[in-house]
Amino acid sequence: MTTETLSPRTPGKPPRSTMPREVVRRRRYGRGHAWHPTLGTGLLPRVLTLLALALMTVAWLVPFGWGVDTSFKTEVDASASGVDWIPKAGFTLDAYRTIFGQGKLPVWALNSLVIAVCVTALTVAVSAMAAYAFSRTLFRGRRVLFAVIIASIMVPPQILIVPLFRQMLAMNLVDTYAAVILPQVVAPAMVFILKKFFDGIPRELEEAARIDGAGSFRVFWSVVMPLSRPILAAVAIFVFINTWNNFLWPFISTSDPQLMTLPVGLSTVKDSTGLRNAQESASSILGSLPLLIVFMLFQRQIVKSVATTGLGGQ
Amino acid sequence: MASVSTPARQVAAGSRRPAATDRSRSSGGTGWLFATPFLVFFTLFLIVPLGIGLWMSFTNSSLTGHGDGTFVGLDNYTEALGDSQVWETLGNTVWFTVLSTVPLVVVALVMALLVYTGMPGQWLWRLAFFASHLLPVAVVYQIWSMLYQPDRGMLNGLLQAVGLDGVTWLTDEKVAMWSIALVTLWWTVGFNFLLYLAALQAIPDHLYEAAALDGAGAWRRLWSITLPQLRRTTGLIAVLQVMASLKVFDQIYLLTKGGPNGSTRPILEYIYDTGFTNYRLGYASAVSYVFFAVIIILSIAQLKIFSRGED
Repeated sequence: MTTETLSPRTPGKPPRSTMPREVVRRRRYGRGHAWHPTLGTGLLPRVLTLLALALMTVAWLVPFGWGVDTSFKTEVDASASGVDWIPKAGFTLDAYRTIFGQGKLPVWALNSLVIAVCVTALTVAVSAMAAYAFSRTLFRGRRVLFAVIIASIMVPPQILIVPLFRQMLAMNLVDTYAAVILPQVVAPAMVFILKKFFDGIPRELEEAARIDGAGSFRVFWSVVMPLSRPILAAVAIFVFINTWNNFLWPFISTSDPQLMTLPVGLSTVKDSTGLRNAQESASSILGSLPLLIVFMLFQRQIVKSVATTGLGGQ
Repeated sequence: MASVSTPARQVAAGSRRPAATDRSRSSGGTGWLFATPFLVFFTLFLIVPLGIGLWMSFTNSSLTGHGDGTFVGLDNYTEALGDSQVWETLGNTVWFTVLSTVPLVVVALVMALLVYTGMPGQWLWRLAFFASHLLPVAVVYQIWSMLYQPDRGMLNGLLQAVGLDGVTWLTDEKVAMWSIALVTLWWTVGFNFLLYLAALQAIPDHLYEAAALDGAGAWRRLWSITLPQLRRTTGLIAVLQVMASLKVFDQIYLLTKGGPNGSTRPILEYIYDTGFTNYRLGYASAVSYVFFAVIIILSIAQLKIFSRGED
């Protein structure tokens, strides 16, 4: 990498005796405190930065706030005009009561959870094994095969919906969990990300295990997997989010309300009630809350895991 | 990428025993064993439906039985290439890709650079910029269709509050695609932002220290260290973003249904309409494959551009 060419590698060069103020500050405060690698230490850049950040944050949070606000209004206020954050008739829980009164929410949430967990577990397992095969083993045709898998990242999933539905009919799987889960397990991009990470694991570790007599499965399970925990977490998080929010395929492959996921179920509520801003906002909030809570709880790990994917680091 | 070329060289050299440094690579059956579970899913739910779709593109299959599924050769493809709707919707798709990709890369980078200043309350910024990425498209649609309402939406309320004219966000042919791009930016920029943030964290401290020793100022550090160090990430984000934007469908379908006057209709919606509204599955499949070919060509071109000058 370029870092090697830029870093001073000549051991004979004596260290400078006088360190610039910025380096001293850097050492003193550490990253993420008073010293910015790009912008420096001045007061003005920091004030400007804070202003810009505040502005963008408001811009990004206001649509959320408006949705939350609307969900606590009466339908009359919710469809009234403009920028009134405080409703004339006062705040109310009516919209939530109506949504809960329809009683299907827990079932849909449970379906979403079961489906997302199954898809995530299966995807991580089969993708990690395949990535290991492509990164660490030699077999006939693996380069061609890997090229095919990479190329398949470009396939727009929407063009597969019709043939997939026909397949599910033929396999007699329509309106089952299997029909929702199985096609979502195919994630070529995740194989690519995992392989890239496995490529970076020092070969010496694996060789040491092999000298101790470990076979491929043992190396995979006891050496590669433990070292890859952060990337596995990252992949699991991506897959979970995508599965939870996926709409089109669960919508097409299920018609039984008892099998619907949260987004699909909420969309049927919307259809049956017509255009109602407060109720739609309330169901949107309820549909978004689980993932938002998960993100708030595991924020650090999620960000860290993105950092350790090959995506972020290089 | 050195690790990829090593085994190839070995095979080419015809060495029966792996070299000592490569002993860690097992060969033959083990690889297949590990790859098989994924390959089963991959074949069954990606290759097979892709094949079925390809077959249908050479037939006059339909959902209702108007077409009987007989083989019609290249008829669908000839029709597709002469179909003005195909070119129009393809143009819309490319226009959306241009409109969305540039801000989705630039805004993400700006966000990451601003957040990565050691400002207190990191969790707040991350939450603010990433949370919208966690919303299902139906929720995004719900929120923004309220904000965009021309007579009583919040955006026009704000414009009027500062004395400007309201905008017909989703019903003006000139504005609609920009409105869609804006929603997309708000909805999806958080992911690119996190990738940039991670890439910034991965830049080694000693580069900045060395630069400071050499007396480089803030701009110099930005141009000579930060941005060059982020180049690979930028290339990757741009490639991923173009691919994602070319596949746009959900938010447009929900917000404008492709209108006004087809000005925001992406090619995937044309395919969807042809298949599910007009029941012409064979023709829809053919257009799918034309689109697929365009995606492949654009992606390869882009990969070539961004991988130039590396390694």
